[in-house]
Amino acid sequence: MGALTKADMAERLYEEVGLNKREAKEMVESFFDEVRSSLGHNEQVKLSGFGNFDLRDKKQRPGRNPKTGEEIPITARRVVTFRPGQKLKAKVEAYAGTQS
Amino acid sequence: MTKSELVEIIASKQTQLSVKDVELAVKTIIDLMSQTLSQGQRIEIRGFGSFSLHYRAPRAGRNPKTGESVQLTAKHVPHFKPGKELRDQVNDSLKAGY
Repeated sequence: MGALTKADMAERLYEEVGLNKREAKEMVESFFDEVRSSLGHNEQVKLSGFGNFDLRDKKQRPGRNPKTGEEIPITARRVVTFRPGQKLKAKVEAYAGTQS
Repeated sequence: MTKSELVEIIASKQTQLSVKDVELAVKTIIDLMSQTLSQGQRIEIRGFGSFSLHYRAPRAGRNPKTGESVQLTAKHVPHFKPGKELRDQVNDSLKAGY
């Protein structure tokens, strides 16, 4: 079973919501573009029923090149973290498949 | 940004669909993503990131109120790994002074 992609999502919008193929494709593009854009303006995204995309500022910290052992600082950066909501956590917890 | 704000923004940037249509489309996308993960399947969105499940082994836990020990069963938790484009865009916002 392959991973879910944007094309699969567009297909679902075409079949179930009745958007035409072009509208369906644009809708999926817009969805992820707008979420990314919000995060790119340092604004958290909250999708109720799914989860929150939060932003965290990390300070510079010492690091090491694992190949050479050379010490190099890991620069200060901003990162995205995803916090799944209660509803998603509950749904996923029940999955009893193989360890992944 | 909340789900309803996301709906408003998408609706305002196009002319073909009503807010209702966009609302249903956004809900359908989110439901499909939840459903996919709950079946143990991955989600891969190029430029955005991927969602998968991480396994948590069974462990002995404790009821924080009573101190009684309880056995917690194995479970899966959702995990998101941001893609390069998203990582870069977010990190650039720091450099740009947001």
